[in-house]
Amino acid sequence: MTTESMQYCIHTRNLNLWYGEFQALKNVNTDVKNGLITSLIGPSGCGKTTLLRCFNRINERFTYVRTEGKIVILGKNIYDPDVSLIELRKSVGMVFQRPNPVPISVYENILFGLRIHHPFGSFKKSELDDIVEKSLMEVGLWKDLKDRLKAKATSLQLEQQQKLCIARLLPLKPDVILMDEPCSALDIEGTRAIEELMYQLRGRYTIVIVTHNMAQARRISDECIFMLLGEMIEHARTEELFLNPRNPRTGEYIEGRYG
Amino acid sequence: MTDPIDPVTRFTKTDFVVRKERIQSVSKILFSLMVISMIIPLLAIIAYLFYHALPSLSWEFLVEVPKKGMSEGGIWPAFVGTLYLVLISLAIAAPIGVFAAIYLNEYARDNWFNRIINLAVINLAGVPSIVHALFGLGAFVYAAQFGYSIISASLTLAIMTLPVIIASTREALASVPMTFREACWNVGATRWQTIRAIVLPNSISGILTGIILQVSRAAGETAPIMFTGAVFYKAVSRGDLFPYQLNEQCMALSMHLYTVATQVPNVKESLPYATAVVLLCSVLFVNAGAIALRVWLRNHKKW
Repeated sequence: MTTESMQYCIHTRNLNLWYGEFQALKNVNTDVKNGLITSLIGPSGCGKTTLLRCFNRINERFTYVRTEGKIVILGKNIYDPDVSLIELRKSVGMVFQRPNPVPISVYENILFGLRIHHPFGSFKKSELDDIVEKSLMEVGLWKDLKDRLKAKATSLQLEQQQKLCIARLLPLKPDVILMDEPCSALDIEGTRAIEELMYQLRGRYTIVIVTHNMAQARRISDECIFMLLGEMIEHARTEELFLNPRNPRTGEYIEGRYG
Repeated sequence: MTDPIDPVTRFTKTDFVVRKERIQSVSKILFSLMVISMIIPLLAIIAYLFYHALPSLSWEFLVEVPKKGMSEGGIWPAFVGTLYLVLISLAIAAPIGVFAAIYLNEYARDNWFNRIINLAVINLAGVPSIVHALFGLGAFVYAAQFGYSIISASLTLAIMTLPVIIASTREALASVPMTFREACWNVGATRWQTIRAIVLPNSISGILTGIILQVSRAAGETAPIMFTGAVFYKAVSRGDLFPYQLNEQCMALSMHLYTVATQVPNVKESLPYATAVVLLCSVLFVNAGAIALRVWLRNHKKW
């Protein structure tokens, strides 16, 4: 691999997507850098969530979705016929708007992905305990939950649930974590906690986050992608995009003229 | 991040994925086999019935009265009897059931009294028909002194179908999104206006489906009418549409099938089969009507 391709994690080339007749993405070309936090911003309906959902091909469970173009993640076009959706989703994880822990214990939630991706009996109990501890440590839940590992995950506070949803991805050692407005169901404290967590994870994982909250994009992301009506308008470093937007439409959106 | 995986083989199937996919396709095949094994008996029954019934099947068979001690002839009195029973029981059960369901779903608060009613409705739906038959016998034939009659039998069938109609109607009402009602209340509509303008039009297809499915159930039941108003044989003239008075007993298809299949000597071989086919076809006809109605109404529904 060249250094140039090492620097980037996700490339999209001429990505077009239709929901039935409606074209939701128009010729999207982006290059998302490795190990950084990249925000997708733009008004409702601009296609940012659609783009995010393309990255682990979760859009495809709807049969009326048609995709054209290329998405290259870590050197591999994920629309190649030999790509296994199972393996793709293992290394490209997603965190949703509403925390969606599986209604089983905290402990089993963390191990859920691991158990799915490994034959029965691959791990010793002590190894599993270690993995759970490490994952919870990484998202900062260990202190709160170490005595409640058997508690049902759906009984936790929303903020804890959302952290758990992130922790759930970690045992699979993903390359990319996609987040679809992960804080919109949380209060100020919860939002701060998730943002701090994202900052902790920065560098080890490539994080792509969709957000409606421009202040949040500004706080947490290294780079921003501004989208409008299915097109990618501008992709720049966050400070640059907010201070010196190249495209006038970006500027107007940031000033709050529309959206 | 800098793992040494060659990008060409990234995200491709591992051996474990191949194994999981094999299990996945095996279970898919297994489940689809179950679907097939469910369909085969159904088709076999229909084919078997039609094959044996063929010699007797004709328009004549439907409109002719039974002859020679019911060993020959047609089934007109039984057919009309079933029609009577079903229509009258439906005329009683449908309005009561639908209005009760509207009350329970739209007006009733969630308190212990209504929870008990709910529980009762659900449990009533599971009571065997023979028990309803006994109840009908005691309540309508003897206590209310309707005697063995069409009205007693219809009331018994109505009691039997009511709980299911209530349950299916409630389900249809509950499937109307709450936001529709909120929109209506927010412009100051009363509950009844909301029900009238929003809830009923949007749930009518589900309500009708539930009712029509009970038609086929009422048509097929033997026990409740046998105890309360159905009779072996009744002299009726050929093709007469109004042969019965409400306080008389009548013949019915399900009962007639039982009679010619087990009680009458020297019956023409195809006769019971033909009776079964008529019963089956009327039920299928009604169900097809229900489906057609539902499709038609759904196409007029915009959400």
